[in-house]
Amino acid sequence: MEEMVSVGVGSIIIVLITSIFIGAVTTVQTAYQLISGFIPRSAIGSVVAASALLELAPTITCLVLAGKVGSNIASQLGTMRVTEQIDAIEVMGINSSAYLIMPKVIGSVLAFPILVTIAAFLIIFGGVVAGDLTGQVTQADFMYGARGTFKGFQIVFMLTKAVTFGFLISSISAYQGFYVRGGALEVGQASTRAVVYSCILVLCADYVLAQLLL
Amino acid sequence: MSIQVKNLSKSFGQTPILADISYDMDPGKVNMIIGKSGSGKSVMLKCIVGLLEPDIGEVLYDGRSFLHAEFQVKREIRKQIGMLFQASALFDSLTVEENVAFPIRMFTRQTSAEIKQRVAFCLERVNLNKVEKLLPSEISGGMKKRVGIARAIALQPRYLFCDEPNSGLDPLTASVIDKLIYEITHEYNMTTVVVSHDMNSVTNIGDKIMFLNEGKKAWEGSKQELMTTSEERVREFVFVSDFMKQKIVV
Repeated sequence: MEEMVSVGVGSIIIVLITSIFIGAVTTVQTAYQLISGFIPRSAIGSVVAASALLELAPTITCLVLAGKVGSNIASQLGTMRVTEQIDAIEVMGINSSAYLIMPKVIGSVLAFPILVTIAAFLIIFGGVVAGDLTGQVTQADFMYGARGTFKGFQIVFMLTKAVTFGFLISSISAYQGFYVRGGALEVGQASTRAVVYSCILVLCADYVLAQLLL
Repeated sequence: MSIQVKNLSKSFGQTPILADISYDMDPGKVNMIIGKSGSGKSVMLKCIVGLLEPDIGEVLYDGRSFLHAEFQVKREIRKQIGMLFQASALFDSLTVEENVAFPIRMFTRQTSAEIKQRVAFCLERVNLNKVEKLLPSEISGGMKKRVGIARAIALQPRYLFCDEPNSGLDPLTASVIDKLIYEITHEYNMTTVVVSHDMNSVTNIGDKIMFLNEGKKAWEGSKQELMTTSEERVREFVFVSDFMKQKIVV
Protein backbone atom coordinates (compact mmCIF):
# COMPACT_ATOMS: atom_id res chain seq x y z
CA MET A 1 0.00 0.00 0.00
CA GLU A 2 2.84 2.35 0.95
CA GLU A 3 4.60 1.67 -2.37
CA MET A 4 1.35 2.10 -4.27
CA VAL A 5 0.78 5.49 -2.66
CA SER A 6 4.41 6.43 -3.30
CA VAL A 7 4.16 5.54 -6.99
CA GLY A 8 0.61 6.83 -7.47
CA VAL A 9 0.48 10.04 -5.46
CA GLY A 10 4.10 10.86 -6.21
CA SER A 11 3.42 10.76 -9.97
CA ILE A 12 0.04 12.44 -10.14
CA ILE A 13 1.34 15.95 -10.90
CA ILE A 14 3.51 14.90 -13.82
CA VAL A 15 0.68 12.73 -15.20
CA LEU A 16 -1.72 15.65 -14.84
CA ILE A 17 0.51 18.13 -16.68
CA THR A 18 1.59 15.81 -19.51
CA SER A 19 -1.91 14.42 -20.09
CA ILE A 20 -3.68 17.77 -20.40
CA PHE A 21 -1.06 19.05 -22.84
CA ILE A 22 -1.01 15.83 -24.86
CA GLY A 23 -4.80 16.04 -25.18
CA ALA A 24 -4.66 19.69 -26.21
CA VAL A 25 -1.88 19.18 -28.76
CA THR A 26 -3.51 16.07 -30.25
CA THR A 27 -6.77 17.93 -30.72
CA VAL A 28 -5.14 20.93 -32.40
CA GLN A 29 -3.05 18.73 -34.70
CA THR A 30 -5.95 16.44 -35.57
CA ALA A 31 -8.09 19.48 -36.40
CA TYR A 32 -5.27 20.81 -38.59
CA GLN A 33 -5.15 17.55 -40.57
CA LEU A 34 -8.90 17.06 -40.85
CA ILE A 35 -9.70 20.47 -42.28
CA SER A 36 -12.28 19.61 -44.89
CA GLY A 37 -15.94 20.31 -45.42
CA PHE A 38 -16.57 16.61 -46.00
CA ILE A 39 -15.36 15.52 -42.57
CA PRO A 40 -17.57 16.36 -39.61
CA ARG A 41 -15.92 18.20 -36.71
CA SER A 42 -17.00 15.41 -34.36
CA ALA A 43 -14.35 13.23 -36.06
CA ILE A 44 -11.75 15.15 -34.05
CA GLY A 45 -13.36 13.89 -30.84
CA SER A 46 -13.41 10.33 -32.21
CA VAL A 47 -9.75 10.39 -33.15
CA VAL A 48 -8.55 12.05 -29.94
CA ALA A 49 -10.61 9.82 -27.62
CA ALA A 50 -9.65 6.60 -29.40
CA SER A 51 -5.98 7.64 -29.48
CA ALA A 52 -6.14 8.52 -25.80
CA LEU A 53 -7.52 5.16 -24.77
CA LEU A 54 -5.54 2.97 -27.15
CA GLU A 55 -2.15 4.64 -27.16
CA LEU A 56 -1.62 8.02 -25.58
CA ALA A 57 -2.82 7.35 -22.05
CA PRO A 58 -1.15 3.97 -21.51
CA THR A 59 2.00 4.33 -23.58
CA ILE A 60 2.97 7.99 -23.27
CA THR A 61 2.04 8.06 -19.58
CA CYS A 62 4.06 4.92 -18.91
CA LEU A 63 7.05 6.30 -20.82
CA VAL A 64 6.89 9.37 -18.61
CA LEU A 65 6.52 7.14 -15.55
CA ALA A 66 9.48 5.02 -16.69
CA GLY A 67 11.59 8.14 -16.25
CA LYS A 68 10.17 9.06 -12.88
CA VAL A 69 9.30 5.78 -11.17
CA GLY A 70 11.98 3.68 -12.90
CA SER A 71 14.86 5.95 -11.98
CA ASN A 72 13.48 6.32 -8.47
CA ILE A 73 13.31 2.55 -7.89
CA ALA A 74 16.75 1.89 -9.42
CA SER A 75 18.52 4.66 -7.51
CA GLN A 76 16.81 3.78 -4.23
CA LEU A 77 17.76 0.09 -4.42
CA GLY A 78 21.19 0.90 -5.87
CA THR A 79 22.00 3.21 -2.98
CA MET A 80 20.82 0.58 -0.52
CA ARG A 81 23.12 -1.93 -2.23
CA VAL A 82 26.28 0.18 -2.23
CA THR A 83 25.76 1.32 1.37
CA GLU A 84 25.38 -2.33 2.48
CA GLN A 85 21.78 -1.82 3.62
CA ILE A 86 20.68 -4.79 1.50
CA ASP A 87 23.48 -6.89 3.04
CA ALA A 88 22.20 -5.88 6.47
CA ILE A 89 18.73 -7.14 5.56
CA GLU A 90 20.15 -10.41 4.23
CA VAL A 91 22.29 -11.01 7.30
CA MET A 92 19.15 -10.72 9.43
CA GLY A 93 17.73 -13.69 7.50
CA ILE A 94 15.20 -11.67 5.53
CA ASN A 95 14.75 -12.44 1.84
CA SER A 96 15.89 -9.04 0.62
CA SER A 97 14.56 -9.31 -2.92
CA ALA A 98 11.11 -10.35 -1.71
CA TYR A 99 11.14 -7.69 0.99
CA LEU A 100 12.34 -4.82 -1.20
CA ILE A 101 11.33 -5.63 -4.77
CA MET A 102 7.97 -7.38 -4.45
CA PRO A 103 6.13 -4.42 -2.85
CA LYS A 104 7.47 -2.09 -5.55
CA VAL A 105 6.32 -4.38 -8.37
CA ILE A 106 2.90 -4.97 -6.79
CA GLY A 107 2.56 -1.25 -5.99
CA SER A 108 3.38 -0.32 -9.59
CA VAL A 109 1.08 -2.96 -11.11
CA LEU A 110 -1.78 -1.58 -9.01
CA ALA A 111 -0.95 2.13 -9.30
CA PHE A 112 -0.21 2.31 -13.04
CA PRO A 113 -3.77 1.42 -14.20
CA ILE A 114 -5.15 4.11 -11.88
CA LEU A 115 -2.70 6.69 -13.21
CA VAL A 116 -3.37 5.67 -16.81
CA THR A 117 -7.14 5.93 -16.26
CA ILE A 118 -6.69 9.41 -14.82
CA ALA A 119 -4.44 10.25 -17.78
CA ALA A 120 -7.10 9.09 -20.26
CA PHE A 121 -9.70 11.36 -18.69
CA LEU A 122 -7.28 14.28 -18.62
CA ILE A 123 -6.23 13.81 -22.25
CA ILE A 124 -9.86 13.93 -23.31
CA PHE A 125 -10.44 16.89 -21.00
CA GLY A 126 -7.40 18.67 -22.46
CA GLY A 127 -8.71 17.93 -25.95
CA VAL A 128 -12.16 19.33 -25.16
CA VAL A 129 -10.71 22.50 -23.62
CA ALA A 130 -8.24 23.07 -26.47
CA GLY A 131 -10.92 22.42 -29.12
CA ASP A 132 -13.25 24.87 -27.41
CA LEU A 133 -10.62 27.56 -26.84
CA THR A 134 -9.31 27.46 -30.41
CA GLY A 135 -12.79 27.18 -31.89
CA GLN A 136 -11.84 24.04 -33.84
CA VAL A 137 -14.54 21.86 -32.31
CA THR A 138 -17.28 22.51 -29.81
CA GLN A 139 -17.51 20.54 -26.61
CA ALA A 140 -20.76 18.93 -27.81
CA ASP A 141 -19.25 17.86 -31.17
CA PHE A 142 -16.13 16.55 -29.48
CA MET A 143 -18.09 14.41 -27.02
CA TYR A 144 -20.48 13.25 -29.72
CA GLY A 145 -17.54 11.98 -31.76
CA ALA A 146 -15.84 10.46 -28.75
CA ARG A 147 -18.95 8.54 -27.71
CA GLY A 148 -19.72 7.47 -31.27
CA THR A 149 -16.59 5.39 -31.72
CA PHE A 150 -16.15 4.26 -28.12
CA LYS A 151 -15.84 0.50 -27.51
CA GLY A 152 -15.65 -1.12 -24.09
CA PHE A 153 -12.69 -3.21 -25.22
CA GLN A 154 -10.62 -0.04 -25.54
CA ILE A 155 -10.73 0.26 -21.74
CA VAL A 156 -9.69 -3.39 -21.32
CA PHE A 157 -6.86 -2.85 -23.79
CA MET A 158 -5.73 0.32 -22.02
CA LEU A 159 -5.71 -1.34 -18.60
CA THR A 160 -3.94 -4.45 -19.94
CA LYS A 161 -1.21 -2.20 -21.28
CA ALA A 162 -0.99 -0.29 -18.00
CA VAL A 163 -0.58 -3.47 -15.93
CA THR A 164 2.01 -4.88 -18.35
CA PHE A 165 4.01 -1.65 -18.50
CA GLY A 166 3.82 -1.23 -14.72
CA PHE A 167 5.24 -4.70 -14.26
CA LEU A 168 7.98 -4.17 -16.86
CA ILE A 169 9.11 -0.78 -15.57
CA SER A 170 9.18 -1.75 -11.89
CA SER A 171 10.86 -5.13 -12.38
CA ILE A 172 13.50 -3.87 -14.85
CA SER A 173 14.31 -0.90 -12.63
CA ALA A 174 14.40 -3.02 -9.49
CA TYR A 175 16.76 -5.49 -11.18
CA GLN A 176 19.08 -2.71 -12.32
CA GLY A 177 19.20 -1.16 -8.85
CA PHE A 178 19.32 -4.37 -6.83
CA TYR A 179 22.33 -5.83 -8.62
CA VAL A 180 24.39 -2.66 -8.92
CA ARG A 181 28.07 -2.96 -7.93
CA GLY A 182 30.36 -0.08 -7.09
CA GLY A 183 29.50 3.39 -5.84
CA ALA A 184 27.63 6.59 -6.65
CA LEU A 185 28.69 6.59 -10.31
CA GLU A 186 27.40 3.06 -10.85
CA VAL A 187 24.11 3.90 -9.11
CA GLY A 188 23.64 6.76 -11.58
CA GLN A 189 24.46 4.48 -14.51
CA ALA A 190 22.05 1.83 -13.23
CA SER A 191 19.36 4.47 -12.94
CA THR A 192 19.92 5.58 -16.54
CA ARG A 193 19.95 1.96 -17.75
CA ALA A 194 16.70 1.33 -15.90
CA VAL A 195 14.97 4.18 -17.74
CA VAL A 196 16.41 3.32 -21.17
CA TYR A 197 15.66 -0.43 -20.95
CA SER A 198 12.22 0.25 -19.53
CA CYS A 199 11.35 2.63 -22.38
CA ILE A 200 12.58 0.20 -25.03
CA LEU A 201 10.72 -2.74 -23.53
CA VAL A 202 7.55 -0.69 -23.05
CA LEU A 203 7.60 0.16 -26.77
CA CYS A 204 8.26 -3.46 -27.74
CA ALA A 205 5.49 -4.67 -25.44
CA ASP A 206 3.22 -1.97 -26.86
CA TYR A 207 3.64 -3.39 -30.35
CA VAL A 208 3.24 -7.01 -29.21
CA LEU A 209 0.04 -6.22 -27.28
CA ALA A 210 -1.41 -4.28 -30.21
CA GLN A 211 -0.60 -7.15 -32.54
CA LEU A 212 -2.07 -9.74 -30.20
CA LEU A 213 -5.15 -7.99 -28.88
CA LEU A 214 -6.41 -5.74 -31.68
CA MET B 1 28.04 -20.92 20.31
CA SER B 2 31.03 -22.20 18.38
CA ILE B 3 31.88 -21.13 14.87
CA GLN B 4 34.20 -23.31 12.82
CA VAL B 5 35.56 -22.38 9.44
CA LYS B 6 36.82 -25.34 7.42
CA ASN B 7 39.01 -25.17 4.33
CA LEU B 8 37.47 -21.96 3.04
CA SER B 9 38.56 -20.82 -0.43
CA LYS B 10 37.18 -17.99 -2.50
CA SER B 11 38.19 -16.46 -5.82
CA PHE B 12 36.81 -13.54 -7.80
CA GLY B 13 37.21 -14.67 -11.38
CA GLN B 14 40.80 -15.81 -11.77
CA THR B 15 41.96 -13.89 -8.69
CA PRO B 16 42.25 -16.04 -5.56
CA ILE B 17 41.15 -14.11 -2.45
CA LEU B 18 41.07 -16.80 0.24
CA ALA B 19 42.98 -20.06 0.12
CA ASP B 20 42.12 -23.06 2.30
CA ILE B 21 41.45 -21.25 5.57
CA SER B 22 40.42 -23.16 8.66
CA TYR B 23 39.77 -21.39 11.93
CA ASP B 24 37.91 -22.32 15.13
CA MET B 25 36.45 -19.30 16.90
CA ASP B 26 36.48 -19.36 20.70
CA PRO B 27 32.89 -19.33 22.05
CA GLY B 28 32.03 -16.34 24.22
CA LYS B 29 35.19 -14.48 23.21
CA VAL B 30 36.23 -11.72 20.85
CA ASN B 31 37.87 -13.44 17.88
CA MET B 32 39.78 -11.11 15.62
CA ILE B 33 40.75 -11.46 12.00
CA ILE B 34 43.59 -9.09 11.21
CA GLY B 35 45.75 -8.40 8.19
CA LYS B 36 46.77 -5.80 5.68
CA SER B 37 44.23 -4.10 3.41
CA GLY B 38 43.34 -6.49 0.61
CA SER B 39 44.34 -9.59 2.56
CA GLY B 40 40.80 -10.99 2.35
CA LYS B 41 39.50 -10.22 5.86
CA SER B 42 36.16 -8.73 4.84
CA VAL B 43 35.65 -11.40 2.18
CA MET B 44 36.21 -14.06 4.83
CA LEU B 45 33.69 -12.38 7.14
CA LYS B 46 31.15 -12.16 4.33
CA CYS B 47 31.67 -15.86 3.57
CA ILE B 48 31.13 -16.73 7.24
CA VAL B 49 27.82 -14.85 7.46
CA GLY B 50 26.68 -16.09 4.04
CA LEU B 51 26.79 -12.82 2.11
CA LEU B 52 29.31 -14.42 -0.24
CA GLU B 53 29.39 -18.03 -1.28
CA PRO B 54 32.84 -19.61 -1.01
CA ASP B 55 34.12 -21.81 -3.83
CA ILE B 56 35.13 -24.54 -1.42
CA GLY B 57 34.80 -24.98 2.32
CA GLU B 58 32.27 -25.02 5.10
CA VAL B 59 31.17 -22.88 8.02
CA LEU B 60 29.67 -24.60 11.04
CA TYR B 61 27.59 -22.85 13.70
CA ASP B 62 27.40 -25.07 16.79
CA GLY B 63 28.38 -27.96 14.54
CA ARG B 64 25.52 -27.22 12.11
CA SER B 65 26.45 -26.68 8.50
CA PHE B 66 25.48 -23.15 7.44
CA LEU B 67 26.49 -22.61 3.83
CA HIS B 68 24.82 -25.72 2.46
CA ALA B 69 21.90 -25.72 4.88
CA GLU B 70 18.22 -25.67 3.91
CA PHE B 71 16.62 -22.23 3.72
CA GLN B 72 14.78 -22.63 7.04
CA VAL B 73 17.92 -23.79 8.92
CA LYS B 74 19.90 -20.93 7.42
CA ARG B 75 17.18 -18.49 8.44
CA GLU B 76 17.19 -19.84 12.01
CA ILE B 77 20.96 -19.45 12.24
CA ARG B 78 20.80 -15.96 10.75
CA LYS B 79 18.30 -14.87 13.38
CA GLN B 80 21.05 -15.55 15.92
CA ILE B 81 23.51 -13.36 14.06
CA GLY B 82 24.02 -9.65 14.66
CA MET B 83 26.30 -7.69 12.39
CA LEU B 84 27.93 -4.29 12.55
CA PHE B 85 28.95 -3.09 9.10
CA GLN B 86 31.95 -0.97 8.19
CA ALA B 87 29.75 1.98 7.18
CA SER B 88 27.09 1.05 9.76
CA ALA B 89 24.52 0.23 7.00
CA LEU B 90 21.67 1.88 8.86
CA PHE B 91 18.44 2.22 6.85
CA ASP B 92 18.68 5.87 5.94
CA SER B 93 14.95 6.48 5.54
CA LEU B 94 14.20 5.13 9.03
CA THR B 95 14.83 6.90 12.32
CA VAL B 96 17.31 5.55 14.86
CA GLU B 97 14.43 4.03 16.81
CA GLU B 98 12.95 2.37 13.72
CA ASN B 99 16.37 1.02 12.73
CA VAL B 100 16.83 -0.72 16.08
CA ALA B 101 13.22 -1.90 16.08
CA PHE B 102 13.49 -3.31 12.54
CA PRO B 103 14.71 -6.85 13.37
CA ILE B 104 12.34 -7.06 16.34
CA ARG B 105 9.37 -6.16 14.14
CA MET B 106 10.46 -8.63 11.48
CA PHE B 107 10.99 -11.63 13.73
CA THR B 108 8.83 -11.25 16.82
CA ARG B 109 5.20 -10.60 17.59
CA GLN B 110 5.95 -8.12 20.34
CA THR B 111 3.57 -5.25 20.97
CA SER B 112 4.58 -1.69 20.14
CA ALA B 113 5.14 -0.96 23.84
CA GLU B 114 7.42 -4.00 24.22
CA ILE B 115 9.37 -3.05 21.10
CA LYS B 116 9.74 0.50 22.35
CA GLN B 117 11.01 -0.80 25.67
CA ARG B 118 13.53 -3.12 24.01
CA VAL B 119 14.74 -0.35 21.68
CA ALA B 120 15.18 2.01 24.64
CA PHE B 121 17.15 -0.69 26.47
CA CYS B 122 19.44 -1.35 23.49
CA LEU B 123 20.09 2.35 22.91
CA GLU B 124 20.73 2.87 26.60
CA ARG B 125 23.16 -0.06 26.55
CA VAL B 126 25.23 1.62 23.86
CA ASN B 127 25.04 4.91 25.77
CA LEU B 128 22.79 6.73 23.35
CA ASN B 129 20.09 9.05 24.61
CA LYS B 130 17.64 11.40 22.95
CA VAL B 131 18.50 10.33 19.41
CA GLU B 132 15.52 8.01 18.85
CA LYS B 133 13.71 10.33 16.48
CA LEU B 134 16.75 11.38 14.47
CA LEU B 135 17.62 10.04 11.03
CA PRO B 136 21.02 8.38 10.50
CA SER B 137 22.07 11.40 8.42
CA GLU B 138 21.58 13.58 11.49
CA ILE B 139 23.98 11.75 13.81
CA SER B 140 27.78 11.42 13.92
CA GLY B 141 29.87 8.48 12.66
CA GLY B 142 30.49 7.19 16.19
CA MET B 143 26.79 7.39 16.99
CA LYS B 144 25.97 5.50 13.80
CA LYS B 145 28.29 2.69 14.89
CA ARG B 146 26.59 2.58 18.27
CA VAL B 147 23.15 2.47 16.65
CA GLY B 148 24.52 -0.33 14.45
CA ILE B 149 25.55 -2.24 17.58
CA ALA B 150 22.16 -1.57 19.19
CA ARG B 151 20.43 -2.95 16.10
CA ALA B 152 22.78 -5.94 16.05
CA ILE B 153 21.97 -6.88 19.66
CA ALA B 154 18.24 -6.12 19.45
CA LEU B 155 17.31 -9.79 19.06
CA GLN B 156 19.90 -10.93 21.64
CA PRO B 157 22.02 -12.78 19.08
CA ARG B 158 24.49 -15.52 19.94
CA TYR B 159 27.01 -14.37 17.34
CA LEU B 160 28.18 -10.83 16.68
CA PHE B 161 30.18 -9.91 13.58
CA CYS B 162 31.92 -6.56 13.21
CA ASP B 163 33.52 -5.43 9.97
CA GLU B 164 36.14 -2.75 10.71
CA PRO B 165 34.09 -1.38 13.62
CA ASN B 166 36.25 1.67 14.19
CA SER B 167 37.23 2.65 10.68
CA GLY B 168 36.81 6.37 10.10
CA LEU B 169 36.57 7.16 13.81
CA ASP B 170 38.89 9.24 15.97
CA PRO B 171 41.00 7.21 18.43
CA LEU B 172 38.85 8.12 21.42
CA THR B 173 35.55 7.18 19.80
CA ALA B 174 37.21 4.07 18.34
CA SER B 175 38.23 2.92 21.82
CA VAL B 176 34.67 3.56 23.09
CA ILE B 177 33.31 1.32 20.32
CA ASP B 178 35.95 -1.33 21.06
CA LYS B 179 35.08 -1.26 24.76
CA LEU B 180 31.40 -1.58 23.94
CA ILE B 181 31.98 -4.61 21.72
CA TYR B 182 34.13 -6.25 24.39
CA GLU B 183 31.63 -5.57 27.19
CA ILE B 184 28.63 -6.74 25.19
CA THR B 185 30.43 -9.92 24.12
CA HIS B 186 31.15 -10.94 27.69
CA GLU B 187 27.92 -9.58 29.17
CA TYR B 188 25.70 -11.57 26.78
CA ASN B 189 28.17 -14.43 26.35
CA MET B 190 28.26 -14.02 22.58
CA THR B 191 30.83 -15.30 20.14
CA THR B 192 32.15 -12.20 18.45
CA VAL B 193 34.19 -11.98 15.28
CA VAL B 194 35.89 -8.66 14.56
CA VAL B 195 37.70 -7.81 11.34
CA SER B 196 40.23 -5.05 11.84
CA HIS B 197 43.64 -3.75 10.91
CA ASP B 198 43.75 -1.41 13.88
CA MET B 199 46.37 -2.72 16.30
CA ASN B 200 44.91 -0.67 19.16
CA SER B 201 41.69 -2.65 18.78
CA VAL B 202 43.57 -5.91 18.64
CA THR B 203 45.46 -5.24 21.86
CA ASN B 204 42.40 -3.77 23.59
CA ILE B 205 39.76 -6.40 22.89
CA GLY B 206 41.19 -9.39 21.01
CA ASP B 207 40.89 -12.67 22.92
CA LYS B 208 41.91 -14.81 19.96
CA ILE B 209 43.58 -13.52 16.83
CA MET B 210 44.11 -14.82 13.33
CA PHE B 211 46.48 -13.10 10.93
CA LEU B 212 45.62 -13.26 7.23
CA ASN B 213 48.33 -12.68 4.68
CA GLU B 214 47.48 -12.58 0.96
CA GLY B 215 44.40 -14.72 1.52
CA LYS B 216 46.16 -17.37 3.56
CA LYS B 217 46.12 -17.95 7.31
CA ALA B 218 49.61 -16.97 8.39
CA TRP B 219 49.25 -17.15 12.15
CA GLU B 220 46.78 -17.63 15.01
CA GLY B 221 47.03 -17.29 18.75
CA SER B 222 46.24 -15.18 21.79
CA LYS B 223 46.96 -11.49 22.29
CA GLN B 224 49.94 -12.32 24.50
CA GLU B 225 51.34 -14.70 21.90
CA LEU B 226 50.89 -12.05 19.23
CA MET B 227 53.17 -9.66 21.09
CA THR B 228 55.94 -12.23 21.38
CA THR B 229 55.62 -14.14 18.13
CA SER B 230 58.71 -14.72 16.04
CA GLU B 231 56.68 -15.03 12.81
CA GLU B 232 58.26 -12.38 10.60
CA ARG B 233 55.19 -11.34 8.57
CA VAL B 234 53.11 -10.92 11.74
CA ARG B 235 55.82 -8.87 13.46
CA GLU B 236 56.16 -6.69 10.40
CA PHE B 237 52.41 -5.97 10.53
CA VAL B 238 52.06 -5.62 14.31
CA PHE B 239 55.13 -3.56 15.06
CA VAL B 240 55.00 -1.16 12.17
CA SER B 241 54.47 1.79 14.53
CA ASP B 242 56.83 3.01 17.24
CA PHE B 243 53.87 2.99 19.63
CA MET B 244 53.47 -0.76 19.27
CA LYS B 245 57.22 -1.29 19.60
CA GLN B 246 57.07 0.57 22.91
CA LYS B 247 54.14 -1.58 24.05
CA ILE B 248 56.25 -4.73 23.89
CA VAL B 249 59.00 -3.07 25.89
CA VAL B 250 56.46 -2.13 28.57
